[in-house]
Amino acid sequence: MTPKTGNLQNKTANPNGLVLKPLNKEVKLAYNCVVLIKQVPDTKKITGEAMNDDGTVNRGALPAIFNPEDLNALELALDIKDQYGGAVTVITMGLPSASDILRQSLYRGADEAILVTDRRCAASDTLATSYILSAAVKKLDYDIVLCGRQAIDGDTAQVGPQLAEKLGIPQVTYVEELLSLDGESMTARRNIGNGWQEVRCEMPLLVTVIDEANEPRVASARKLMKNKNALTPVEVEVSARQGNPDASAEKIAELVKRKTQELQENGLLIKQWDLDDIEADLTWCGRDGSPTKVHRIQSVVLSAKDSKFVEPTEQGVADMIHELISDKTIS
Amino acid sequence: MIKVNRKGEVWVFIEQHEGKLEDIGLELLGRARTLGNELGVEVGAVLVGDNVKSMAEKICHYGADKVYVLENPLLGHYQTNSYSKAIYDLIHKYEPQIMIFGASACGRDLAPRVASAAKAGLTADCTDLCIGDHEVKKTNTVHKKLLLQIRPAFGGNIIATIINYDRWPQMATVREGVMPMPELQADRKGKIIVEQVHIGNDELPLEILNEHKREKKVNLKASRIIVAGGAGVGSKENFRFIWDLANALGASPGATRAAVDLGFIDRDHQVGQTGTTVRPSLYIAVGISGAIQHQAGMCESQKIIAINNDPDAPIFNVAHYKIVGDLNTVVPTMIKSIKARV
Ligand SMILES: Cc1cc2nc3c(=O)[nH]c(=O)nc-3n(C[C@H](O)[C@H](O)[C@H](O)COP(=O)(O)OP(=O)(O)OC[C@H]3O[C@@H](n4cnc5c(N)ncnc54)[C@H](O)[C@@H]3O)c2cc1C
Repeated sequence: MTPKTGNLQNKTANPNGLVLKPLNKEVKLAYNCVVLIKQVPDTKKITGEAMNDDGTVNRGALPAIFNPEDLNALELALDIKDQYGGAVTVITMGLPSASDILRQSLYRGADEAILVTDRRCAASDTLATSYILSAAVKKLDYDIVLCGRQAIDGDTAQVGPQLAEKLGIPQVTYVEELLSLDGESMTARRNIGNGWQEVRCEMPLLVTVIDEANEPRVASARKLMKNKNALTPVEVEVSARQGNPDASAEKIAELVKRKTQELQENGLLIKQWDLDDIEADLTWCGRDGSPTKVHRIQSVVLSAKDSKFVEPTEQGVADMIHELISDKTIS
Repeated sequence: MIKVNRKGEVWVFIEQHEGKLEDIGLELLGRARTLGNELGVEVGAVLVGDNVKSMAEKICHYGADKVYVLENPLLGHYQTNSYSKAIYDLIHKYEPQIMIFGASACGRDLAPRVASAAKAGLTADCTDLCIGDHEVKKTNTVHKKLLLQIRPAFGGNIIATIINYDRWPQMATVREGVMPMPELQADRKGKIIVEQVHIGNDELPLEILNEHKREKKVNLKASRIIVAGGAGVGSKENFRFIWDLANALGASPGATRAAVDLGFIDRDHQVGQTGTTVRPSLYIAVGISGAIQHQAGMCESQKIIAINNDPDAPIFNVAHYKIVGDLNTVVPTMIKSIKARV
């Protein structure tokens, strides 16, 4: 694709926005993409069994999946890499089990995967989460940060914009199509609900991607074979413990050390960071870093006050219609 | 972030597009008014744009005591950075205790950016907002008169009430149609406060190249009666039943996401969490299972009729009239019965 310069050179700031600098002679042709992904319970599969008696959701009873729109974000990043070159790094903040979606990203073509996991992340709201993610992203060299628009367990769509603010970069939300990259800026089409908007934005920037943007690719068989044994350090530890329930702590440590070394040598050790590694300020993490707190949780029992069965017969239906006319619901 | 400020006002972000006020901001003023009355503080509307001052008076008619007008030619088009900077500065100057945004494409882009800059809490897509106390057992403290931010969570399977007792303002977004539009009071007056805003080039990283807005094919929010069809209707051809019943009643046709995804009808007709929220006098749900995401958009309807051949369908939990039967016979019977009356 040839970079587009358009007629940008001679404009000044105007209400439509700052006009971009003219292109450098040397157009950057490869882009580093960082994709933020999340493992979520499959909320579509919620049934009676997945609800606890107190109305809370039993996460354990639900399959954990790759958040759907994060797959669209990953696809867009892989697309950029295919077209322009560069590297794709995926990051997730979560429990050790989230290593699974990191592997799935490697199968699809991500170059590097990073698990941010730390007990001190627990109970983070979107503000604390975006702070922690920003500390992780700041460790990397990036041009484009990509997120799914929203995660199906919370549907807040807040982490993307908040992360952009924390990184001090502009955001382009609800991207449905990437139109071009010209070394310094991205042109994309946003879906704004009642229409669309085409914008050009300077890099580095953050985009949030919607499900209409693309059809996420499936795992490549070759990459799957190559990475299926990739593990995060925490997984190595868990499996060492489970495989040797009677072993002493030293023995476990020894096993873990050997296994991680072996994985490292084969390029199969997935990177893992805790809050110290990313130099996060703990006042902004976890429960303490979260201004929003849960006051109460209730299960959903919506019920109509006066309800009645209507026979599916001519008489039943006619009586109902009559009632609705007499109470002026139908005129 | 700002400190807890009991004298702080209740603010609403007023959305406008090219000089036209969007419904959502006005809807929110209704609830802000109730909250303000309960807290004994004024309601402030925040209006951002270029040449927008002329709209301020109308905003007062919907319940605002004050309108903060943030005007600058560089604010003529919405951009996240410039708008969030202007609002952030205003928050720091006046320290409101509550700020509510519409959960529109614009509000959901803007509010998190403002909240992040302000290091304040934000709750998305609230279905209800009220005032209440919160007790922290561990420290044995009671935080009085907080904004209770009520929202469905976990794909709508639970209702969570969220609070923020220390890092204010307390911020929330609310979807269009969730709060009823307050009545217009043409004699209501308010204070109009024009604020100087400085916008630097840093706050304008975007260039808007092209924009296309389209009118919705149907105005579900304004419909007194809605006849909605779901996947159970079976096919686009069969969706004729929905159109016919709607025509017989002078109603608008609605649909579930499943019906839209199956191509039975245009997406503009979708009711629910990711569609339109409606509260008509009568909602007729035909071949709709009643998933929580659908219920979220219609359960406030005054009367609900459900037609479903599965007696265990969750839609019956919210229906006033439950018709267990095949829609292919029940709907024609209804049409016949309605036509016989008029
Ligand atoms: C994040 C998220 C957001 C969503 N947002 C929305 C939203 O905004 N709006 C929305 O609607 N959905 C939404 N959904 C989808 C929602 O979860 C359901 O999948 C959807 O509402 C189901 O639509 P339905 O009732 O038409 O289909 P189904 O669940 O398939 O139900 C069809 C019903 O038709 C009945 N039926 C079949 N044949 C007949 C017959 N001959 N006579 C009578 N009855 C019959 C069946 O018994 C069944 O109950 C969302 C989902 C997610 C995860």
